[in-house]
Amino acid sequence: MEKEEIKQKIYGLVEKSVGKKKLKSSDIQKTISAEAGIARDEVKDALRELIDEGKLIYTYFGGSFVEIPPKQ
Amino acid sequence: MSEMRKTPLLDDLEKGPWPSFVTEMKKAAAKSEMSNDLLGALEQCYKDKKTHWKHGGIVGVRGYGGGVIGRYSDIPEQFPGVAHFHTVRVNQPSAWFYKTDSLREICGIWDKYGSGLTNFHGSTGDMILLGTKTENLETIFAELSSRGWDLGGSGSALRTPSCCVGPARCEWSNIDTLDITYSLTEEFQDEMHRPAFPYKYKFKVSGCAVDCVAAIARADCAIIGTWKGDIKIDQAEVQRYAKNGMDINAEIVNMCPTKCITYNGKELKIENEDCSRCMHCITKMTKALRPGGERGATILIGSHAPFVKGAQLSQVIVPFMKMEPPYTEIKELTRKIWEWWDEYGKNRERIGELIERKGMRDFLEYIGVDPHPAMIKEPRRDPFYFWTTDELK
Repeated sequence: MEKEEIKQKIYGLVEKSVGKKKLKSSDIQKTISAEAGIARDEVKDALRELIDEGKLIYTYFGGSFVEIPPKQ
Repeated sequence: MSEMRKTPLLDDLEKGPWPSFVTEMKKAAAKSEMSNDLLGALEQCYKDKKTHWKHGGIVGVRGYGGGVIGRYSDIPEQFPGVAHFHTVRVNQPSAWFYKTDSLREICGIWDKYGSGLTNFHGSTGDMILLGTKTENLETIFAELSSRGWDLGGSGSALRTPSCCVGPARCEWSNIDTLDITYSLTEEFQDEMHRPAFPYKYKFKVSGCAVDCVAAIARADCAIIGTWKGDIKIDQAEVQRYAKNGMDINAEIVNMCPTKCITYNGKELKIENEDCSRCMHCITKMTKALRPGGERGATILIGSHAPFVKGAQLSQVIVPFMKMEPPYTEIKELTRKIWEWWDEYGKNRERIGELIERKGMRDFLEYIGVDPHPAMIKEPRRDPFYFWTTDELK
């Protein structure tokens, strides 16, 4: 699977969970690797790119989560 | 500068012979509006008998999930200078060795972009820079990283590894604590800056069982220097200690936790097979006794301060591991430990709590370590012995 496709899947998962459940990085890695049948390292790489691009951010609310940044 | 805040309650904390953080804050408040408001905000907390700080949120620097701890005042209209008062954690050098130049560099950056207040050091070991605004974070990070500094760990991540002074200043160190700490920090950069664990994970490295960084009580993974072999005894020096007034039976023999030492007035003997390498006798008779044989480390797992289930001390999982660069064995073992924790750990569950919940047997089976009599939960308890159904047939 192409990295861009994995990134879209990750973003979609985080977007879908907004207001329902805060996702940890490991939740994302587990879910996407199981759904797409790919290694967790590939998901980790794609997630890293999304974070570096600023499309997703880390937040802390009693634990560290991955979320969509608030609109400015 | 506005007028200095009045702080009658905080002023009480300046009384007495010891240094006071209030005095230091007042010095900073004389030249920083932020520190002046901090004094006012703290006075208000004492007055109201409750905190006015909110913690966490979405602050950080791009690409990193740790190193910045968001802090906000819930009464920003009264204390606008501390409406944002974020903490920045900076990865300390191994064993906290600095040149004054580097300290001036850090303080210069902090005076320019932060409150000027610092905490050297936080309990994990990082340099703690107290109080800055959200809009300054990226600039601070750029200033620090352009000078070779990096942020430390925070949140559900590997925390900045720390160690004792080790061989740099201590002749009793059995391992190169500084090099191990540096190597682990370099190896696990991703785990430190991109939080992906159920909760925090700390490495602390001590050169010997004296454990100057209290690794056994504070680190999820404690690496404590030890040796394999007999303690070397210089009998002439033993006699010199006795001649100089040391009561060897009271101070050494009777204090040995495994009672493996005898002294007949002429000769000191040690049953090395029974010795637990606690270092008590060696630190008391530094000229007469010293470790002998092969050097390495004992690896322990699971300690933490009270949180979900109360405090725990670490338990031995590897009685002796050679510690030589590039430290492949400890790094591979760590990755196995993290795999198991990732698989079964609940949110905010430390590795020690998970071992308590799932059992040491499951843990050891997964990480591929055989049970050993040295694996005891606490002093004077039975070791763990496990037999699977297959082994009993």
